Amino acid sequence: MSTQVSQIDEVKSTPWSGGKSPFNVEYGKMMMWFFLLSDAFTFSSLLIAYGSLRFSSSSWPSADKVFQSVPGLVDSGQPLVFVGIMTFILILSSVTMVLAVEAGHRMARKEVITWMILTVIGGFMFLGCQALEWSHLHHEGFWWGHIPTAEELKTVFTLKNGELPVGAETYAQQFANLFFTITGFHGFHVFSGVIINIIITINVLLGTYEKRGSYLMIEKVGLYWHFVDLVWVFVFTFFYLV
Amino acid sequence: MSSEPTEVHHEEHGEGMTKKRIGKIALILSAITAVEFFIALIMVPKGIIPLHVANPIYIVLTLLKAFYIVAFFMHLKFEKTGLALAIIVPILFIIGLILVLTNESHYWVDLRL
Repeated sequence: MSTQVSQIDEVKSTPWSGGKSPFNVEYGKMMMWFFLLSDAFTFSSLLIAYGSLRFSSSSWPSADKVFQSVPGLVDSGQPLVFVGIMTFILILSSVTMVLAVEAGHRMARKEVITWMILTVIGGFMFLGCQALEWSHLHHEGFWWGHIPTAEELKTVFTLKNGELPVGAETYAQQFANLFFTITGFHGFHVFSGVIINIIITINVLLGTYEKRGSYLMIEKVGLYWHFVDLVWVFVFTFFYLV
Repeated sequence: MSSEPTEVHHEEHGEGMTKKRIGKIALILSAITAVEFFIALIMVPKGIIPLHVANPIYIVLTLLKAFYIVAFFMHLKFEKTGLALAIIVPILFIIGLILVLTNESHYWVDLRL
């Protein structure tokens, strides 16, 4: 009897021949990546809408003049300081998240708990800052469908011969709508991220992943949390710097 | 959910994120942000860099930060090339939308003026 195997019966072992994950990642993690890809499209659409409206306007409220307070400390004259604090908080909570993932790889349950709690605290601090930022802008008169009076708007626009530029009210309204929609959508992501982080932390406390033998779940929520940080990097640049 | 295959992911972590590397990336991200603030708070108000030069610098620095977050914090650099491509290539379509809409908005501003 011949031992030769015909070509068609040969067991193939290339990455895409089936039977194993060609991407070498677990199903849930891959799906998290694809979800984040779709979320990236959503945020891009919002930011590109903002960009194209701003490009098509002949004037725009100056970020330096709109955002220049540190709530609770100073009311004006400090552009970017408060949002700088927010940015560092979010970067730091991203760092504590990677540290939790790293501790998870070593199965160090106590360290995972510490880093996850710090991440949750960072998330709450960011949300608190954003609430202050929103209420401050709301007090100034900006809201969805709402802008300050023409006289007050003069402080946020570059004036032409002491007068508001043509169409300034329309552009101020577009700015307000886009600002609250985009930072609101981002803040909603931070909020759900914090909730998910809390659930995962409770699971770690209960020993769920210890029993499972892998802290992969930390990695998956970590991906989501880093994505939220990633989006903020873009929101920060396009709303506060440019 | 209860049967996560453990062997799938644990093999390739020798080259992954160590604490030292995490610290380094965190430092880089903070440094880039600090540079952005330096430009926005000191260079531009003093007129050392005009705004139309500062803006492209901000965008380049932002993309640099995005690279560090995605590649190291989100670990994409250490995943299989196929997965990295599956995530990165669709993002390129966004560049197309940016080009189309910014170009279009330049026509709108001309119509408005």
